[in-house]
Amino acid sequence: MKLLYFAWLRERIGVGSEDVSPPEGIETVRQLVDWLKTREPRYDHAFAETAAIRVAIDQEQADFDAPIAGAREIALFPPVTGG
Amino acid sequence: MTVRVQENDFDPTTELDALCAGRDDIGAMVSFTGLVRGGDVSEMTLEHYPGMTEKALEEIEREARNRWPLQGVTIIHRVGPLAPGARIVFVATASPHRAAAFEAAEFLMDFLKTRAPFWKKEATAEGARWVDARESDGEAASRWTREKS
Repeated sequence: MKLLYFAWLRERIGVGSEDVSPPEGIETVRQLVDWLKTREPRYDHAFAETAAIRVAIDQEQADFDAPIAGAREIALFPPVTGG
Repeated sequence: MTVRVQENDFDPTTELDALCAGRDDIGAMVSFTGLVRGGDVSEMTLEHYPGMTEKALEEIEREARNRWPLQGVTIIHRVGPLAPGARIVFVATASPHRAAAFEAAEFLMDFLKTRAPFWKKEATAEGARWVDARESDGEAASRWTREKS
């Protein structure tokens, strides 16, 4: 699946998007983020405060307990500040 | 309806003219134009989530049409680097009477600020910083949910 990062999350991780294949047993957004945090320190740093992070699955707002099965695109980003 | 996300500037007068062109049934148009505030900010850069941004704006527009008898809606949001004083966002509504046009324009801005995936980064003399989401924006949006119930 494709992961997208925006704003300071993108800067801390160092890329705007990447393709990942989470191992079996990773079923929710929260588990996906916890798995990413174990990969490299930059993820751990980026996801230190998950309360400040929002998620969209296939371009629809979702939450951290949402299942990721079948998702093509998961975006993680800080609260929006447009307007 | 018009929803646009663009780097280029827009002209509010042209947009309002387009909203009512060829019609004689519109009684009121209300528009809001947001500008980049200067002060210690030398430049504002807008990042967005292409694809989802347009979908979110269209959804907000649909929601407004469900709530008020609107004859037209325009939403334009700029992205990329913007100088202080630059236009950044525009919403306009058209309806037979002013109350719906005023309320819907305010609703569109409140929801746009909390639902559409845009992020602002400010450049200042001390360096660049991402703008934090404001609690008051969340409260402004949630009052529409309370009023509905």
